[in-house]
Amino acid sequence: MHRLWLISALPFAGFLINGIFGRRFSKGVVNAIAIGSVLLSFVWALKTVLGLGEDRIFEHYFNWIVAGGLQVGCDFAVDRLTAVMLLVVTGVGSLIHIYSIGYMAHEGGYYRFFAYMNLFMFFMLTLVLAANYLLLFVGWEGVGLCSYLLIGFWFHKKSATDAGNKAFIVNRIGDFGFSLAMLMIVVSFGTLDFGRVFQAAATKPEAVLATIAMLLLVGACGKSAQFPLYVWLPDAMEGPTPVSALIHAATMVTAGVYMVARSFPIYLRAPAALEMVAYMGLFTAAFAATIGLAQNDIKKVFAYSTVSQLGYMFLGAGTGAFSAGIYHLMTHAFFKALLFLGAGSVIHALSGEQDMRNMGGLRKKIPVTFWTLMMAAISISGVPPFAGFFSKDAILVAAYQHAPWMYWVGTITAGLTAFYVFRAMFLTFFGEYRGHEHPHESPKVITIPLAVLAVLSVVGGFIRIPVWLEKIFPTAEAPENFSLVAISVAAGLIGIGIAYIMYIAKPGLADSVSSSLGGLYRLVYNKYFVDEIYDAAVVKPLVSGSRVVLWRGVDAGLIDGAVNGVGSTSQGLGGWLKLFQSGNIRSYATWVLFGSIILLLTLGLIGAVR
Amino acid sequence: MDVILFLVFAIIAVVCAVNVVVQTHPISSAISLIGVMGSLAVLYLLLGAEFLAMAQIIVYAGAVMVLFVFVIMLLNAGSEAKRGRSLAAQLLGFPLLIAFLALASYFIQRFYPGNTPVHFGAFKGGTAQIIGRALFTQYLLPFEVTSILILIAIVGAVVLARKEI
Amino acid sequence: MSGPPLNWYLILSAVLFALGVAGFLFRKSIITIFMSIELMLNAVNLSFVAFSYQLKQVNGHVFAFFVMVVAAAEAAVGLAIILTVFKNRETLNVDQVNSMKY
Repeated sequence: MHRLWLISALPFAGFLINGIFGRRFSKGVVNAIAIGSVLLSFVWALKTVLGLGEDRIFEHYFNWIVAGGLQVGCDFAVDRLTAVMLLVVTGVGSLIHIYSIGYMAHEGGYYRFFAYMNLFMFFMLTLVLAANYLLLFVGWEGVGLCSYLLIGFWFHKKSATDAGNKAFIVNRIGDFGFSLAMLMIVVSFGTLDFGRVFQAAATKPEAVLATIAMLLLVGACGKSAQFPLYVWLPDAMEGPTPVSALIHAATMVTAGVYMVARSFPIYLRAPAALEMVAYMGLFTAAFAATIGLAQNDIKKVFAYSTVSQLGYMFLGAGTGAFSAGIYHLMTHAFFKALLFLGAGSVIHALSGEQDMRNMGGLRKKIPVTFWTLMMAAISISGVPPFAGFFSKDAILVAAYQHAPWMYWVGTITAGLTAFYVFRAMFLTFFGEYRGHEHPHESPKVITIPLAVLAVLSVVGGFIRIPVWLEKIFPTAEAPENFSLVAISVAAGLIGIGIAYIMYIAKPGLADSVSSSLGGLYRLVYNKYFVDEIYDAAVVKPLVSGSRVVLWRGVDAGLIDGAVNGVGSTSQGLGGWLKLFQSGNIRSYATWVLFGSIILLLTLGLIGAVR
Repeated sequence: MDVILFLVFAIIAVVCAVNVVVQTHPISSAISLIGVMGSLAVLYLLLGAEFLAMAQIIVYAGAVMVLFVFVIMLLNAGSEAKRGRSLAAQLLGFPLLIAFLALASYFIQRFYPGNTPVHFGAFKGGTAQIIGRALFTQYLLPFEVTSILILIAIVGAVVLARKEI
Repeated sequence: MSGPPLNWYLILSAVLFALGVAGFLFRKSIITIFMSIELMLNAVNLSFVAFSYQLKQVNGHVFAFFVMVVAAAEAAVGLAIILTVFKNRETLNVDQVNSMKY
């Protein structure tokens, strides 16, 4: 008995206890319950993984849906892919929970925050552990809900609640695609269980598989913030920084990648759909990187970076190198969580300042934060032997195998990535301090998780995920092409170099470049006006259509009109009928005569017919 | 012979009926109605309904119409005023009447084309004995119920006519 | 020697009935209207007796007898009602007894 359910049930228990009783507990008790539950979950996951070997653990708990031919059970399963996800989610999750003690120490709604975080862990773990699409979808929706709750955590701020709404609604579009995919799976396969679906996938026609794969891709696009459904992620920075780190960097947004990787038997047999995955990933990676170049809010830079890195993961999956995508998922969890938590530490040190133009020279003032963030920055730039290098290299090599032009675009994007990350680093930590606050180093509860993640960002690459996942994703042994590796590393270093020149060596260069580029700079700075385009093309027509057509036309006019019409018709009819009651006997007699003539006619006709 | 008798009394009946409708003073109408009933009694005799003819004269003409005349005299009803005020009756009444007559005549012609000739004395089944037998055997229940009905009518009439305005 | 065909009696009955209806529709005095009702009942009686002759049965006679009885009862009660109405309304004009108007 592996008792897999404990892994997800422990955080759920934490949610219940903190949610119901948290108001009366002291901060210490809330901490203990929240973090204790996640840590225990991590321990249990670790134990399960260590005893895993090469097979798959499957546990069936009860029959959830039995409807005709469709049977959906509440089943959990762990194989090596799940193991990676489990450890990442619980491990990084625990670190972020510990960090939150320090970060949220002065905030209101303390217990509510931890309750939501625990609920999120429960749903994410359900998503990862699920052994069929429906249970995965339960977790999928649940993390969407928690994302909404946590983005809008400071619900007094309108921008926060708007961002929460935006996240949930855009996610919903993706969920719609996912639901359609599930329906198609039920229709084609008759089951939603992973094992049975993937075994039967070989027998289905390619058109069916391609449709399912495309619809699943829509779902992944929404959840993992790929183009065109990425617009919610930058706005999601309205939430507290631990939320950004956990949900929008390390775990929830990776659910899409996980789902695509899990469904790889379907994707491998629908090459057209797989091609779409690669294109979408590549385009998003490049697109988001260009936007990140010009942002001034430190969290927004990292948000676009997340979108871009998720694009890399999809690129990896789309070129057939699923294990490379998962590899990057893990390393990205390390260094992106670290980047966000570090940014949170900076914001905390500056008592809430997020605009990089008001930072600078913080290197000496908050050294621990500086050094840990530097590790993350080097890792994301793909400099060996840091973690990011190994995973990004794996993806780029696979891209080259698939189509060389993808490799070149990916490499240029890597250069852009290095550039904007180091731009952020230089603006924040170097030069002279441009703000008015008194920066102070963060407490240990914050700096210790930073340190742990920094270590992981450095050495995490040596956890050879493609080897670990060999059984599941057989990789064709790619010839070690040293020149490809060298070129991608060089791109990263060039990016760092240009950032150095523009922000440290010649500080005025940045402004002159941006002003000389004029319109192009404005376009990129305003995120290519994508939000405005969506608003004009989709939101406004929808809202005005609803208001004018559906509300006034159909609801008030047609439906209310019909109901009111019945009433007024009844009234009118009554008003006309009452005229017959004149009180005059002779007119009554006339009508009786009339009726009797009708009767006579009828009887006569019946008699004649007979 | 029968034809002539029929025609004479039929014409008397129709003329008196028209008179009932046309006369302004109620007393004239009542007297005309007595004429109608008398002619109808003769027609019953022609059809072989002796008992019914006698009952008609005794009950209808002798009792009911006398009651009418009493009430007319009691109410001191005078001639009717000229103008009426029922729109429906005036507009629709005449056409409907014609339609009714036409319809009735048509149906009679259609379903009962000139058949059984009526002799006086051809039907012997209208004697008091036969009617009495029918009343007390086959139609006993309606007979009893009708007597109760008359009782009710008596009580009702007495109650209504009490002098307490 | 043959007599008049039966449907002459029926036509006479219809004519008398129509005259009764005309009286009901076009007269204003309650008493006259009542007398028209009696006229209609008589017409129907004639029709009953005629059919009884044709069918060679006595049922028509019995029915006509009952009609007569009921008409008598009705006349009694109806006239009592007319008396009451006259006491209350001081009028025999049926058009003025219309307080059951909507």
